[in-house]
Amino acid sequence: MSDKAIISPLPGVFYRKPSPEEGNYVEEGQQVEAGDVIGLVEVMKNFHEIKAQESGTVESFLVENETVIDAGQEVAKLK
Amino acid sequence: MIKVLEPGIETTVQDKGREGYYEIGMPPSGAMDRYSYLAGNLLVGNEENASSLEITYMGPKLQFEEDAVIAITGGEIPPKINDEPVPMWTTLTIKKGDILSFDFVKSGARVYLAIAGGIDVPVLQGSRSTYTLCQIGGFEGRALKAGDELKIGEMQETSVKEGTAIPDEFIPAYKKSHEIRVIIGLCSYRLTEESKQRFLDLEWKVTPEANRVGYRFKGERLNFVEREQPFGAGSNPSNVTDLGYPIGSIQVPDGIEPIALLNDAVTGGGYATIATVISTDLSHMAQIKTNETVKFKAVDLDEALEARKEVRRKLDKIRELTTGQK
Repeated sequence: MSDKAIISPLPGVFYRKPSPEEGNYVEEGQQVEAGDVIGLVEVMKNFHEIKAQESGTVESFLVENETVIDAGQEVAKLK
Repeated sequence: MIKVLEPGIETTVQDKGREGYYEIGMPPSGAMDRYSYLAGNLLVGNEENASSLEITYMGPKLQFEEDAVIAITGGEIPPKINDEPVPMWTTLTIKKGDILSFDFVKSGARVYLAIAGGIDVPVLQGSRSTYTLCQIGGFEGRALKAGDELKIGEMQETSVKEGTAIPDEFIPAYKKSHEIRVIIGLCSYRLTEESKQRFLDLEWKVTPEANRVGYRFKGERLNFVEREQPFGAGSNPSNVTDLGYPIGSIQVPDGIEPIALLNDAVTGGGYATIATVISTDLSHMAQIKTNETVKFKAVDLDEALEARKEVRRKLDKIRELTTGQK
């Protein structure tokens, strides 16, 4: 198992960008370090940053921008 | 002292609630999952109304600056002391300098951290509960932030032996689909017969708007009976002349997206309340997450009162267990 994942600890609406006018936090193929913000989750009328738990290359996002996700759901695969 | 290293996303001080001010528009606040909250206090020998921390979705990271006795109850957000897993629903000791943290939520939505002695915050209108919308009660009227320091209070009544554990039969388990019991009314007469049935038949999905104030659900539009607008009521078919909203009451503004009003909600208004969650199942409501589903089951008052007695019996048994093992 070399595959790693970025998991959202929270349920809510997942966003890949900090605001509608800005670009994505990270693109597929990009390198991330542990603690880098890769998206936002909106729940209970607040936005919470989702951070990479370990470093790696973002292989693919597993959820679309602005979809509702579960707590503990994998949002991206890392290599 | 307990130092907040990381606050979690919504960690607040709560007790049984600020009761007795509903008629002036003050909701009770208080622990949403009252069963787990009360069980936590029993496990640390606290008085029934001692203040605990209510933790939602994501646990805080807390450094204890003195020895303490604690218990963690509620949904499953696995706790760790100094990175080692520790059991929930169990009397634990934690030493000066130890760090309490939590893993990702496994099931449910909220846990309660009971600390022997409770959390020492000022009493406001008979309660230490936080009401964040009005920024009153609890710790400075708000959810905890990094750097806060909590003082342990003197609300312990008796000491409970370390390792005292609540048996599995008293520990609720939560899935991603939930059944919540309701009593139909007060204004269910406003719905068409077909919509009344649809309300009970549908699996409602919990939206991201789900917090201590209320839970909003997605499903399908419900329809109201045609009528002449009564004096004092709004023009929308979902409006009635203003009434007090029971805690746990469900309203359907404009017939779309029902909202269950909970501990921090508005106390009255002009939307027809079509059903009310029975008091014991409010504890279960507190453990439901966004994106999970709920089916409402209609029960009568006898069944609701029997359910309440059953919860009291369980808490009495837990009390026997914790006080018997001194």
